[in-house]
Amino acid sequence: MTEAANLFAQQESNRRRSTWLVIGFIVFFAWVGFGGDLAFGLLTADAPAGEYHHVIPVIGIVTTLAAAGICWYSWRFGPRQVLWSTGAREVVEPATNEERQLVNVVEEMAIASGLPKPRVWIVPDDDPNAFATGRDAATASIAVTQGLLRTLNRDELQAVIAHEMAHVQNLDVRLMTLLAGMVGAIALMSDGLGRTMRGSRGVRSGGGGSSEGGKGGNPLAILLLGFWLLTLIVAPIVSRILAMAVSRKREYLADATGAQFTRNPLALASALEKLEAASAPTRAITLGAAHLCIVDPAPGLLAAREGAFADALASHPPIRQRIARLQGMGYLGEVAAPKA
Amino acid sequence: MVAALILLAIVVLVVFWVIGAYNGLIGLRNKVANGWKQIDVQLKRRHDLIPNLVNTVKGAMDFERNTLEAVIAARNKAVNATGVAQTAKAEGELTQALGRLFALTEAYPDLKATGNVAQLQEELTSTENKIGFARQLYNDVATEYNTRQATFPTMLVAGLAKATPVELWQITDDTERAVPTVDLSMNKPAP
Repeated sequence: MTEAANLFAQQESNRRRSTWLVIGFIVFFAWVGFGGDLAFGLLTADAPAGEYHHVIPVIGIVTTLAAAGICWYSWRFGPRQVLWSTGAREVVEPATNEERQLVNVVEEMAIASGLPKPRVWIVPDDDPNAFATGRDAATASIAVTQGLLRTLNRDELQAVIAHEMAHVQNLDVRLMTLLAGMVGAIALMSDGLGRTMRGSRGVRSGGGGSSEGGKGGNPLAILLLGFWLLTLIVAPIVSRILAMAVSRKREYLADATGAQFTRNPLALASALEKLEAASAPTRAITLGAAHLCIVDPAPGLLAAREGAFADALASHPPIRQRIARLQGMGYLGEVAAPKA
Repeated sequence: MVAALILLAIVVLVVFWVIGAYNGLIGLRNKVANGWKQIDVQLKRRHDLIPNLVNTVKGAMDFERNTLEAVIAARNKAVNATGVAQTAKAEGELTQALGRLFALTEAYPDLKATGNVAQLQEELTSTENKIGFARQLYNDVATEYNTRQATFPTMLVAGLAKATPVELWQITDDTERAVPTVDLSMNKPAP
């Protein structure tokens, strides 16, 4: 049936994107490394025989291996890392009525989606928010903040959990969790390499001009070096925009699939309304994991806006628009009444 | 030679398709069976929870004896039901009896305040929901299974896979089916 086919296509596309993400990530790091080696090699090619010649591409080998290592680490420990960074604690034996209700609701949604029950976590934060992480349905975790449990009623909580189960089912969690690990790694690398570059530039200018050489390698080397530096500066911004863009399209889809699990789109609409009203920042959730959440944990001025610029920088579509779509599913709002 | 190769390729393709379609049907049949098991698990859980609930509220609600007895009777009938249609009917009646009981407990605020009842009520609400969602999943998968084995071209291998249409879980009780009439024109903005 088309629904099953849709789901299959979704999962397939997420698997493919995850693979390309890993490949792109490693290629980027290889470029940063080997590009640096090449530029460095061209710069030292003219140096007198006694001085250092950069022949073996050490930087490239190291960065490529490091990238592969980061990918493996994000794949293997990404979910745990994300949960750890938010300070979440797992609910194994529900102690309070609130926790019991949460576990029950997660079990209900696991049944509705036909998936194994994910692990349940609570983030000690008063701002209502929720996210899911994991490699696949078997290793998935769903985390909600303390504030979410306090703010929402049972139906709304169910709707939010259904939204998260939808992310688990169509393997969004895999792509998002990998992205979380990589965005963090790129930010780190950019900082670290930037500092190294500033250091080595000082050394090179101290070593004296190799600029008088007429061997023809230098303009190319300088161009290459400039381009290489540019990628370093732009990489963190691009990676964040990528993370945001990947996440935004998925929210509408998860809203729709979640509504299909509960058959109650209006509950999610009213949950989103409450989440929007409580738009204090979710402090426990840092920027690296922002794109995993049901609503943007740090809503700025852009949260309520639309347009190309806001679209590129926001990790989530405007909540108003999501609510409107859900109300359309529930025959509220501006939907034409059926003919009598 | 070329003709033989083409023929061979076609035969191989057909064989692969038959294997795929056959496995698809078997996979769906197992999903249907699993969906049914899920409903069963939840029904069993509900049957186990009800005596607890009745015992807890009995003291405070002694004069609602009829309602309590109706719940117990419906529960016992549901425990002994067999087959999709009969089980669905008995469980539908039990759902209604429970609904009446819960509606009555609303009139006893101190009963809800004891915590124990609130907890049991949450468990039963959750179990009710789980039954509903398990039923929803079962019906979705069963519908897909029935459609697949009845539509071309998968119907060609339906006999080979011994696929027969399965019953859906339907609402058999007319009172459960009755929907309150809603005036949709209320939601329409004034022209």
